[in-house]
Amino acid sequence: MDGHSQYTPKSGFARWLERRLPIVSFMYDSFVAYPTPKNLNYMWTFGAILSFMLVAQIVTGIVLAMHYTGETTLAFNSVESIMRDVNWGWALRYAHANGASMFFLAVYIHMARGMYYGSYKEPREVLWILGVVIFMVMIATGFLGYVLPWGQMSFWAATVITNLFSAFPVVGGPIREWLIGGYSVDNPTLNRFFALHYLLPFIIVAVVALHVWALHVTGQNNPTGVEVKDVKKETVPFTPFATMKDGFAIGVFLVIYAWMTFFVPNYLGHPDNYIEANPLVTPPHIVPEWYFLPFYAILRAIPNKLLGVIAMFLSILIMAALPWLDKSPVKSGSYRPLFRKFYWVFIAVSIALGYLGAQPAEGVYLWLARIASLYYFLHFVVILPLLTKYEKPEPVPESIDASVAAGSVTHA
Amino acid sequence: MSTKNVTETTPAEPNRRDILYIATGAAATVAAGGMVWPLISQMNPDASALALASTEVDLAPIPLGQIVTVKWRGKPVFIRHRTADEIKAAQDTPLTELPDPEADSKRAQKPEWLVVIGVCTHLGCIPTGKSGEFDGWFCPCHGSTYDVSGRIRSGPAPTNLEVPKYAFLSDKKIKIG
Repeated sequence: MDGHSQYTPKSGFARWLERRLPIVSFMYDSFVAYPTPKNLNYMWTFGAILSFMLVAQIVTGIVLAMHYTGETTLAFNSVESIMRDVNWGWALRYAHANGASMFFLAVYIHMARGMYYGSYKEPREVLWILGVVIFMVMIATGFLGYVLPWGQMSFWAATVITNLFSAFPVVGGPIREWLIGGYSVDNPTLNRFFALHYLLPFIIVAVVALHVWALHVTGQNNPTGVEVKDVKKETVPFTPFATMKDGFAIGVFLVIYAWMTFFVPNYLGHPDNYIEANPLVTPPHIVPEWYFLPFYAILRAIPNKLLGVIAMFLSILIMAALPWLDKSPVKSGSYRPLFRKFYWVFIAVSIALGYLGAQPAEGVYLWLARIASLYYFLHFVVILPLLTKYEKPEPVPESIDASVAAGSVTHA
Repeated sequence: MSTKNVTETTPAEPNRRDILYIATGAAATVAAGGMVWPLISQMNPDASALALASTEVDLAPIPLGQIVTVKWRGKPVFIRHRTADEIKAAQDTPLTELPDPEADSKRAQKPEWLVVIGVCTHLGCIPTGKSGEFDGWFCPCHGSTYDVSGRIRSGPAPTNLEVPKYAFLSDKKIKIG
């Protein structure tokens, strides 16, 4: 898309650099002149919030790594010394641990936004798939990081998750031994998890760069789902409009993040993780961090080890297929009366799965988890294709400008 | 020479130069694979983990009805001194009721001593003893129950608790591994 203004190098040095490495004009086109649809709502600020959280996690993580020791006899105590001895160590560690929660909160809202407004549809399929890839690397990073404090929950999370791979016949056992470097989770496991936990965020940075590149090729979706037709009239330049709005949203988000970090830093944690890892005792009730609970509920719902593991992996991978499961030509849920209802049922079912994942796997909870897991997959493979075929969408505005003139979206 | 077309000078059959190109590429591919292998293999269990340690356990201090846990190769091993009632319950269970059918006599060398690796065959948690419906073991992670022979009875675990290789050195002493 053509931007609103063009960068013209003014100084002699700027002209010299521009002919050799046009990085200033690239940044100008991407983050100043870049046209953003003028009807974006606050759901569109989570991309910026996520970028902020990625940087926050990397910065707090790097400084924590300066005080942490990735060795089984020292790891737990090094975390305690971060909490008690290191200058500001308590704040940095609480910011990092709660930062993971805030990161996942933001990514779930970002994904839900994309699902409601059909942001995965043509021509944004690759953009969407890159997002699913980022989400998967985030899951791996979050899991690896949770093992590092070497508490009871760390140890048993590592044991359970690496055992997922042993479900696969023949190759499963050797793969698990390769992953953990032994026959049970031990020092080789912790050491390599630390190395990988440090590596993966930079992989995320690289995939985010591709994600933003793909976004800047297709342009942003918007609440009407109608593509921009007149760049001059229907878009505003990224700076100052999106920059300032994103900045404000980050500020509001930071209030919640700071409240979590400073007032209830352990609310989302588990007391068992303040007990040093003991390979001979499993805590009576082990649950993952809240952001993994829906997938954990799906894993436990299926009374067969291999099928449970496959279902859990599929529940994430299936999101990459969304552009081909929902082929309705109307992007935005605002003009899809039936889709809208099923969308909110899907969100409710996902949250219910999260609740059920935290409950003991028995009795009524187990059956509810089974029903919810089944519905989760039905939404993707049955409901969305059927809606594509039989739903009668409401009339879509001719253009972004027409919808703004008509006083925004009318259905609500 | 100058009037000839380039395509005419290139024969359809591969010539010596093509063979050299292909051979060089193939050698480079093999060399790259060979260089990658150590990078992958370094993550496998190292020599110290592979050194199979064995553990000797004195059974004399274990009273009737008690379960003790010993560590072997980094994993817990349960040794259960079973009561007459427990032995009877384990031996009388029809194999048709078991998801992973295995006779108790095949699992315990001497009926009063059951030796099993204390790792749930589902996802590796440590089951708690003398709990669950069959008074054997119950896994707190995902709700698998095992009977007094360590056999899976309900829940997501696919197989019975593994019986390690062990031998009676004397009446009251075993060597695991």
